[in-house]
Amino acid sequence: MSVEVSRVESSASAHDTPPSSAPPAFRVADAVVEYDRKPVVRGVSFEIPHGEVVAVLGANGSGKSTLMRAMLGVVPLASGSVEIHGRPVRGFRDWGRIGYVPQRLSVGGGVPATVREVVASGQVARRRRWRRASAADRAAVEHALESVGLTDRARDSVHELSGGQQQRVLIARALAGGPDTFVMDEPMAGVDAANQQALARTIADLARSGATVVLVLHELGPLAPLIERAVMLSDGVVVHDGPPGGLLSSSPHLHPHTSDAASLPAAPALEVPLRD
Amino acid sequence: MTDLFAYDFMQRALIAALLVGLVAPAIGTFMVQRRLALLGDGIGHIALTGVALGILTSTSPIFTALIVSAAGALLIELVRVRTRTSGDVALALLFYGGIAGGVLLIGLAPGANTATLTSFLFGSVSTVSTEDVYAVIALAVIVLGVLAFFGRELFVLCQDEEVARAHGLPVRLLSAVIAITAAVTVVIAMRVVGVLLVSALMVVPVAAAQQLTRSFRVTVALAMGIGVVASLGGVSAAFYSGADISPGAAIVLLALAVFAVSVGVGQVVRRRRGRGPVPQKGAEAVPAGTIPQTKPGSLDPGSPST
Ligand SMILES: Nc1ncnc2c1ncn2[C@@H]1O[C@H](COP(=O)(O)OP(=O)(O)O)[C@@H](O)[C@H]1O
Ligand SMILES: [Mg+2]
Repeated sequence: MSVEVSRVESSASAHDTPPSSAPPAFRVADAVVEYDRKPVVRGVSFEIPHGEVVAVLGANGSGKSTLMRAMLGVVPLASGSVEIHGRPVRGFRDWGRIGYVPQRLSVGGGVPATVREVVASGQVARRRRWRRASAADRAAVEHALESVGLTDRARDSVHELSGGQQQRVLIARALAGGPDTFVMDEPMAGVDAANQQALARTIADLARSGATVVLVLHELGPLAPLIERAVMLSDGVVVHDGPPGGLLSSSPHLHPHTSDAASLPAAPALEVPLRD
Repeated sequence: MTDLFAYDFMQRALIAALLVGLVAPAIGTFMVQRRLALLGDGIGHIALTGVALGILTSTSPIFTALIVSAAGALLIELVRVRTRTSGDVALALLFYGGIAGGVLLIGLAPGANTATLTSFLFGSVSTVSTEDVYAVIALAVIVLGVLAFFGRELFVLCQDEEVARAHGLPVRLLSAVIAITAAVTVVIAMRVVGVLLVSALMVVPVAAAQQLTRSFRVTVALAMGIGVVASLGGVSAAFYSGADISPGAAIVLLALAVFAVSVGVGQVVRRRRGRGPVPQKGAEAVPAGTIPQTKPGSLDPGSPST
């Protein structure tokens, strides 16, 4: 096991927990999202107070990823509304506060990029134009790499990494911008047990520093002690919203350990099973 | 070597070729990563309509080509986003529209025929005028300036459009920046390599460079280097062969030769690296029975051109 897990200090750049009067990190009201006129998220409402750690659960295809995209304005709403930190998503400007971990690394046209380049690109909303990276910027990138145990792979191309390592690159990219509001879509998928533990410690530190963390998960796993609330989606509607206690063990239609890749037609052409 | 520089027209040709070789792969890297490798080709065909329009109206063909191809590039983006047309179909529509428009308009121009278009189809670096050189310098400065200014955002956009949106980046504006920058580059390159081969200089050096690199930044730099070498080499080859070799064709074939060599070298390097210390670190140690690991399969190195 090559990964040395360093003790992680708060990766969020010191956002103190705001006073309780702060607006919720997310306010989703009657959100409907359609692909090709087919509703995939069908009238979802909830609020996520600032500083809460929330798991979003549900079977493959239940609309979890779509809901995350809608919460960040990545896909448009057919109806309903989303507010981020008290502002409608269209009018929200403080994107440096948001750290998004998509479900998988997009390969694009195949031009190589190093792990460090991808991680540093997470600072795009914060960096000033024409300026070279400041010492603080660079330190944040190093810290993010360290948090996910990829310091020794920083100069490798992201295309050369395994699925689990790519997942950790995506998490480091979100950390590097120093946001206080995280949306992570299956951040643990494909990550081995030891690194899951390390990521759980990183997320625990984020939570302790007052960050809001919304995670799509297939199983609570090592994150279980952190999760204050679980929202369960089924076929695009919320079927449970409350404490996570016992939820996962009693839901046979969940398939922990199964990657979404198997059921999605999109990217899997690029993924092959690891041989050993 | 001295006789190469003894002629004014060769000096102009070499300056134009140098700048084209520098600029085309720079924007090309972003286009390849955004899966728009053939965008340059589509714009090239539209530029032909612009050239014909310039000849018909007795204005500078470079100027009209610039306007028409920039408009066409934006149209491609609009068609791609607004309608349910996939990128390659949108491009195809413009390929045909551009050629048909060019041939139609040139037929209307008195005293000109499709043969007039030939120098734009295949490039005619030996007839580059002093004004052309100034235009090429100006356009090259603009393109490199735009890439320096928007580079960070464009990297994020080309990597993953969803993530770009989640960073609050102006995705539509940045897409337009790529389209228009590509259009400007096509017009710069048109006089040197011709519209038929313009896309090659945006794509082939990138395809060659990415065989050998691990970093985006290095890929851009290496692609620019390969572009410059191919451009200067092609123009020189054309000069020394008399008029027998078309410079545009020589440039593109040289770039393809570099690509072929890079593929070979890249495979050797990767195999050697594969035997080195990387794999132990590379494979995430997975206890038996946990999550099925996936790994990016052999990424098709030729993907940019498809
Ligand atoms: N870009 C898309 N276009 C069309 N349909 C999509 C798209 N993304 C997801 N879907 C469909 O929407 C449904 C929900 O998908 P998703 O939000 O990814 O679910 P989950 O993340 O819970 O597995 C699925 O049926 C899926 O096939
Ligand atoms: Mg999903």
